[in-house]
Amino acid sequence: MTQAQAMPVPSFAEESERKLCIICSKGTLDMAYPGLVLANAALMEGIEVHMFFTFWGLDMVNKKTMSHLKATPVGNTAMHMPQAISPLPGMTAMATHMMKKEIDKLDFPPIDEFLQQVSDAGAHLWACKMSADMMKLDQDEMFDEIEDIIGATDFMEMSDGAQIIFI
Amino acid sequence: MSAQTIAGQEVDLDEEGFMTDPSQWNREVAEQLAEQIGVAPLTDEHWKLLEFLRSDYEEEGETATLRRVTKLAGVPTKDLYRLFPKKPAKKMAYVAGLPKPHGCI
Repeated sequence: MTQAQAMPVPSFAEESERKLCIICSKGTLDMAYPGLVLANAALMEGIEVHMFFTFWGLDMVNKKTMSHLKATPVGNTAMHMPQAISPLPGMTAMATHMMKKEIDKLDFPPIDEFLQQVSDAGAHLWACKMSADMMKLDQDEMFDEIEDIIGATDFMEMSDGAQIIFI
Repeated sequence: MSAQTIAGQEVDLDEEGFMTDPSQWNREVAEQLAEQIGVAPLTDEHWKLLEFLRSDYEEEGETATLRRVTKLAGVPTKDLYRLFPKKPAKKMAYVAGLPKPHGCI
């Protein structure tokens, strides 16, 4: 039997040359997820991914803090809470608890699990030297899958030809 | 949309090449689809995932996310990327004869 048209095959059989570098500079729960979600999505599309953790973003890969990131309503008008009550005791804990619950409902993993997932999927994780020095953090105090502590110039070399997202 | 014959079976494909009717799928079709995207031959490890994806789709009505696959089928992320390289979610769905997954995870 002859077929009227050639069989369409999805384009994902082709190799992607795309490379993505995500700079994570924030250590709050709400700012940790966007980088991880984008990294994961890029990996699922066969894109080479590098994540560079700098300044407060280092909290995302600091073993002491990575499981305790918080979301705060203070100064965040998008939480739609009167700003006068946002700094009251317990408000940050409550906002954090609520956000974690909502994230779990959507079946997104907690930060440490998510980092493991993107690492297993092939993401390269790097820590910023200046930030590590400033926070007096050694590599053995960081998430095990961090490949190295590198400077900004190393990062520039590594990100040659890449698309860069700063969070 | 186009109608094709794969492994002697009539199948409807969308513009991209994904099957539009999961009931037209069988193991021979899967082997052919796997061949098209370079993941053939299918091993027991592949089949375990494809069978999970099929039965989960039947219950849930949508293609499982990779996270769901790792949690419920108990297959680690690394294995998913090894078995269906580069684009595991889409490749698995394609070979399983299911719609392209739309989840972010």
